[in-house]
Amino acid sequence: MPRKRVRLEHAVEYLSILDEKGRVDEKLEPQIDKETLLDIHRTMLLSRRLDERMLTLQRQGRIGTFAPAKGQEASQVAAMAALTGNDWFVPAFRETAAMLWRGTPPENLLLYNAGYSEGGAIEEGTHDLPISIPVASQIPHAVGIGYASGLRERDEVTITFFGDGATSEGDFHEALNVASVLKTPVIFLCQNNHWAISMPRGRQSESRTLAQKGLAYAIPSLQVDGNDVLAVYSAVQEAAQRARDGEGPTLIECVTYRLTVHTTADDPSKYRDEEEVEKWQEREPITRLQTYLKKKRWLSDKQIDKLEKEIEEQVDEAWKTAHERIESLNDSQVIFDHGYAEMPDYLESQRQSFADRLKEGE
Amino acid sequence: MAELNMADALNLALNQEMENDESVVVLGEDVGVDGGVFRVTDGLLERYGERRVIDSPVAETALAGVSVGLAINGLKPVCEMQFSGFSYQGFHQMEAHAARMRWRTRGGHTVPMVLRMPYGAGVHALEHHSESKEVFYAHTPGLKMVIPSTPRNARALLVSAIRDPDPVVFFEPKAVYRAFREEVPDEEETLPLGESRIAREGDDLTMISYGAMLHRTLEAADTLAEEDGVEAEVIDLLSLSPLDHARFAESARRTGRVVIVHEAHRSFGPAGEIMARLIEDAFYYLEAPVRRVTGFDTIVPLFAREQAYLPDQERILAAARGVLND
Repeated sequence: MPRKRVRLEHAVEYLSILDEKGRVDEKLEPQIDKETLLDIHRTMLLSRRLDERMLTLQRQGRIGTFAPAKGQEASQVAAMAALTGNDWFVPAFRETAAMLWRGTPPENLLLYNAGYSEGGAIEEGTHDLPISIPVASQIPHAVGIGYASGLRERDEVTITFFGDGATSEGDFHEALNVASVLKTPVIFLCQNNHWAISMPRGRQSESRTLAQKGLAYAIPSLQVDGNDVLAVYSAVQEAAQRARDGEGPTLIECVTYRLTVHTTADDPSKYRDEEEVEKWQEREPITRLQTYLKKKRWLSDKQIDKLEKEIEEQVDEAWKTAHERIESLNDSQVIFDHGYAEMPDYLESQRQSFADRLKEGE
Repeated sequence: MAELNMADALNLALNQEMENDESVVVLGEDVGVDGGVFRVTDGLLERYGERRVIDSPVAETALAGVSVGLAINGLKPVCEMQFSGFSYQGFHQMEAHAARMRWRTRGGHTVPMVLRMPYGAGVHALEHHSESKEVFYAHTPGLKMVIPSTPRNARALLVSAIRDPDPVVFFEPKAVYRAFREEVPDEEETLPLGESRIAREGDDLTMISYGAMLHRTLEAADTLAEEDGVEAEVIDLLSLSPLDHARFAESARRTGRVVIVHEAHRSFGPAGEIMARLIEDAFYYLEAPVRRVTGFDTIVPLFAREQAYLPDQERILAAARGVLND
């Protein structure tokens, strides 16, 4: 009866394919066609520029608080690119880049951030969930959606996004455990961006990696360079294959960095050093992808300039559309809509008295 | 037609809905092999298999949250919380997501789920097993809140809850589970959510109650008839949300005197809301101040003293006679 080491089924690996200097591990390099890679690049750039515009609009008081995705575009877009439109997307609240990849119109994001729930409208039949603000609370939904896909014999994988802070929440742990026990086709994608508002990754958890939390639940888990499009794509592709093969969930920890504010309501200079930000700026995902694409001669500086112009026009146009819609959305009675399939009488009478008051005011 | 207790009547509802509609799934702690701690899900695993009758790890947050996901992806989950006192770990999923998904997505995603759980005191249970905190759910826009009182209406309401397109929280009075039997038809039966019923007719006094306390209220009404010659109308609410205020307001206008009985805590309890509705809809018809007989604003005591907490005949009769003599 000796005391001996218990061997666990899995160990945590770290995956990096394209490093910050643009060097590629050719043995691990995934085969992604040119068109897809250029699409990934375009969406990342669009997300970055939309974030910047939204920051300006927020500072001007035209839209409200939002959470920028700056620095995390690779983790989001490469992950979504490895899946199909039929797969389910369950975001937290910082997934602007992933939402853009899924086809959410930028004007909807602007409208939502300007305080209009119409911007969060989801077309019936779409496999996208709306943003979810309470930390980690969306993770169990992915498990339910995944279980239903299995029961209904649909070839669908579900991916859910969350941050490093979310791995401290009970919802995360309960969801992982249940997903593992029920072998649901789910990909848990943690964007470890090193900061939960003012709480650094090191104080969020003593665990050396966040990925290892999956091992406790016998979920294959790995850490990837989250600013490396190729590594994120490969990891998600592999996880999706496992899910489709009925082998259950995977946890992927994308090691990335929040290059800007948590939301427009905080000031990072209060809690972190600029040097740290500068260090991560060098590992920034968009420049890195551009280096790779240029080496392949799939993208030139001239094309980037042209693309930047196109995106600027697209963002202008999106704000113009959002602004026009805001001007037309002057009926606040919509707050009573969509509470229930049928409006109950007490709610109808509240709506009616609200409407009467509006009339009196005219 | 068979004589069933409430637990068996609920089991009949689940059986028939699972038979009729393969998108209905049951999940919870010990709902499969064990058939539920109160046997409400007994036999479902054998009939419908472990993919549709899911024995869950002990995880209330996940149970409620997974149900939201199941419902979004085309299923109709009937999720059991083993006791209402354990449901709070799942409460944030109900408040933050189940209740809001339709509104947040402007109808793009809906959550047709049922969260069922036993509630209430009177069965000599442990701490956290006897609470009656239906207001948490009834207070939350986007949810419906149902509490049956007898085997027959429990069965019909559960069928309606499962078929409802919105999330329904379904409180089962555990003191009634095996208290008595009632004829329950084999053929399908539903009851509209949000509609109360008159459990006893009368014109002298209106008594409003629901769930387990309905039976104590009915007993008091019979005593009033025998001893005081007073015929009380007893209204069984059945749903707290939507609340059938039209029915009790009409009764109050007719009798002018109202007593409300529930085992939930008094402050900010259901009676407070009902009294407010009476003031809005029947104030000028009231002959006396409305009285309420409720659980106290204490922690629900351990079982040796649980009857001291619950409204009893003495308290209900004193309130009723007070209202009649005011």
